[in-house]
Amino acid sequence: MPGPSAGGPPPKLAVWKFASCDGCQLSLLDCEDELLEVAGTVEIAHFLEASSAIVEGPYDVSLVEGSVTTPHDAERIQEVRRVSRHLIAIGACATAGGVQALRNFTAVDEYAAVVYAHPEYLATLESSTPISAHVPVDFELRGCPVDRPQLLEVLTAFLRGRRPNIRTHSVCIECKRRGNVCVMVARGTGCLGPVTQMGCGAICPAFARGCYGCFGPMETPNTQSLSAALARGGMDNHTLMRLFRTFNATAPAFEAASRARESREGGL
Amino acid sequence: MTHSTRDLTVEGLARVEGEGAMHVVITDGEVTDVRLRIYEPPRFFEAFLRGRAYTEPPDITARICGICPVAYQMSSCQAIEQACGAVIDEPIRALRRLLYCGEWIESHVLHIYFLHAPDFLGAASAIELARDHRDVVERALQMKKIGNQIMEVVGGRAIHPINVRLGGFYRAPTRQELRPLAERLRWARDASIETVRLVSTFDFPDLEIDHELVALHHPDEYAITEGRVVSDQGLDIEVSEWPEHIVEEHVARSTSLHGHLIERGRYLVGPLARYTLNYDQLPAVAREAATEAGLGKECRNPFRSIVVRAVETVAACDEAIRLIEGYSEPDRPAVPVEPRAGVGHGATEAPRGILYHRYSIADDGTILEADIVPPTAQNQDAIEADLRKLVAANLELSDHDLQHLCEQSIRNYDPCISCSTHFLDFTVERR
Repeated sequence: MPGPSAGGPPPKLAVWKFASCDGCQLSLLDCEDELLEVAGTVEIAHFLEASSAIVEGPYDVSLVEGSVTTPHDAERIQEVRRVSRHLIAIGACATAGGVQALRNFTAVDEYAAVVYAHPEYLATLESSTPISAHVPVDFELRGCPVDRPQLLEVLTAFLRGRRPNIRTHSVCIECKRRGNVCVMVARGTGCLGPVTQMGCGAICPAFARGCYGCFGPMETPNTQSLSAALARGGMDNHTLMRLFRTFNATAPAFEAASRARESREGGL
Repeated sequence: MTHSTRDLTVEGLARVEGEGAMHVVITDGEVTDVRLRIYEPPRFFEAFLRGRAYTEPPDITARICGICPVAYQMSSCQAIEQACGAVIDEPIRALRRLLYCGEWIESHVLHIYFLHAPDFLGAASAIELARDHRDVVERALQMKKIGNQIMEVVGGRAIHPINVRLGGFYRAPTRQELRPLAERLRWARDASIETVRLVSTFDFPDLEIDHELVALHHPDEYAITEGRVVSDQGLDIEVSEWPEHIVEEHVARSTSLHGHLIERGRYLVGPLARYTLNYDQLPAVAREAATEAGLGKECRNPFRSIVVRAVETVAACDEAIRLIEGYSEPDRPAVPVEPRAGVGHGATEAPRGILYHRYSIADDGTILEADIVPPTAQNQDAIEADLRKLVAANLELSDHDLQHLCEQSIRNYDPCISCSTHFLDFTVERR
């Protein structure tokens, strides 16, 4: 979709927070070399963490961080969608419910065993859900947290009215490109790289560690084959289940993989 | 008799990390209600940590806060290593401190220039400041970047570092990887000294606090990664004695708990407490900058916390340079941490103040219970007490000005609301 015409007012950018750690919106402030340039091409119309000035909508581009976990937020996301021309979900919370979606796997009776001091003070939903479960989303940018260059690419693309160039193949491709030694082949370290979407720069294998899936499932993940290989390498069911069930636990491919292991394990 | 009531409400506090609101009620010239309301959705970390492996909290609890993930990683490692009886090698300890210095620099510069300074300069944001003072904002961005670079080189990533594990690191950086940072840090140390000078010229409202000041204390260094828990009123305990001295209360207005010292009441953690309790441990260059800025050996005006943060940024840059210059690659990047049944406590100085973790683990390493007490939860009562005092002393101000003063006062504490809310779950009443 084309952006506003040249010479017109700058496009309005809004940043919204739902249940999250603030890390993905901080990624924008962490673009130290580009921030002022970006700020010069848009009107930062709503970004509470960075500015007390609030300009009324509608907004040309809304970045949404966090997942929906309260009745109030379930209503608020509708309002955000209504005032946003383009809505971009950023990070694992906004695209897959985030680490707080671990609550989705807890049975209600198990939860009841944990007695809060004053549970009546809380207003919280049973599950943590991604933005796309509530409203149409124009783009989902993965990561826990998102990658800065990818964030800039997506923002620039929407401001210029083109499709973002974000690859969806596996971390393995990135790892090879970086020249990392394969941690699985060389050391037998469990790694989610083969089933995880690239974008982080394959940092974990570069630090001699297996990928733990921050960016969620890649386009065609063969989790069954990877699970079997990891099990053959000695990883027990429970560890395998936890590996798939952390920061993108309710991304469908990872959820299926963790549930498959859970059924063998007989529950957490 | 007619009553006059003034009602000040700010929904959606700006330039704080997370979601909070403020509510002040003045009835017949008396402050009758002051509430910092935290409505950040609870995320239940303590609940889902139960049943996870003892190796997971450094990665999982980092996700409580994108601004201070290293604090969560360091406090959780310390607690679990204590439970397992692991002793950390000196070079690993030094690397952890270096990583933490990176987080202090990044977080402090963010707060000083992006969240707090606009209040003193009458701007809505640092981006607005950049219109008239582009060089100052550019300098701030480059300072922040150096903090992030330390986290990238040592931790692998600036937000939610991936290289931290129980016992140390997955891979220790080489001397060659660290060396270029030292040069940039020398620039950043000078820039921090300039920052102290700049912020010390701001106009500070009068406010003297009498909260008990609590910080970690280490005899040989400005405490960041470890120390005893001490106060200006005689508290002096091991971290493991924490539960006997500090309790939390769940109040209706907040998805965060309020911390109190048992039989002593409210207390304050963070830069003012650290500075006042650990002045003697500051490196000379930081003490000189403080003196030049007109700070004594104590600071009890929370509006001046911006100066203290700048002084601490000087200290963190200086310390990071020292650690890089003295760095030798460890023989092993991590010491083994074998599970055993037990309880461990950890406390480190997050940029906003003490972050306490406690874990109870089973002999196979399964986590049975987790408690996390972040700094903002501990400071909530102090923040409200300050608001009450400020409002009472400035009743003649218009609602607009009074509201601005209150917001500024909240930002004095750099409240991290994302941090403070995650842990509702852990005050479990056992029946």
